[in-house]
Amino acid sequence: MRTKLMIAMAGIAALLLARNLYVILLELPDEAAQGAIYRIIFFHVPAAWTAFLCFFAAMIASILYLVKKDLRHDAFAASATEVGLAFGAANLISGMIWARIIWGIWWTWDPRLTSMLVGWLIYAGYLMLRRAIEDPTERAKIAAVVSIFAFVDVPIIFFSIKWWRTQHPQPVVWAGGQMDPAMYNMLFMNWIPFLLLGAVLVMIRMNQERAQREIDAMRRYAHAM
Amino acid sequence: MDARNFTYMFYGFLAVWLVLCAYVVSLAARERKIRREIERLKMMVEEKSSTGAP
Repeated sequence: MRTKLMIAMAGIAALLLARNLYVILLELPDEAAQGAIYRIIFFHVPAAWTAFLCFFAAMIASILYLVKKDLRHDAFAASATEVGLAFGAANLISGMIWARIIWGIWWTWDPRLTSMLVGWLIYAGYLMLRRAIEDPTERAKIAAVVSIFAFVDVPIIFFSIKWWRTQHPQPVVWAGGQMDPAMYNMLFMNWIPFLLLGAVLVMIRMNQERAQREIDAMRRYAHAM
Repeated sequence: MDARNFTYMFYGFLAVWLVLCAYVVSLAARERKIRREIERLKMMVEEKSSTGAP
């Protein structure tokens, strides 16, 4: 049942992406100053939103783990963080390629870019920390605390362009930002397949975490025999 | 479509999908590793229970 749901979600995501790609490339109006490259926004921004949502879900799951001590919440937090990191990497790299053309540089230590990179590194550290701790309950407890503190960076990333003068553009979908309605709608339309893909990846990763717990149990059983 | 900077737009799209594909490939590799480990442990348990080893 779960496998069928994942296949259906991945199928819908693929169809939506194909349709969106057609609209992005052939139907949307051009941006006066940037040429074709502004179209990166339809992948760059949904990738960031998906990553933030994954980190938020990981923080909620971490709080739930600390309250209920259920390892399934810990597994969900680890899965969501890993998927969030993949989308975060897609956001960072696509942003660098965009910056190369618009700013003439691959990278600058601007508050938005720096806070995003710091957040990505903190969450990568979270995954490395998990590998370093053998005991599952100890690992889950320490990882949950790290995940909750790591999330502090996410609002900083989000609001950095309002709080500080940045080279990164000001908001285009909130705080009075303006955008052509067709472009604005496509940002959200292309977020849907990203969300579906993210959900499928988290579900696959959760299955692997469950299988890993079974392996740990089998190992203990085999050694006790 | 305005063709200015089309090549870099293509690189941007490609980068997003390459990152996500690389992650999917890593998930598939991990899945294979987990299956192999489960098979190995099952065989180990069966072997131990058939020989009655402590």
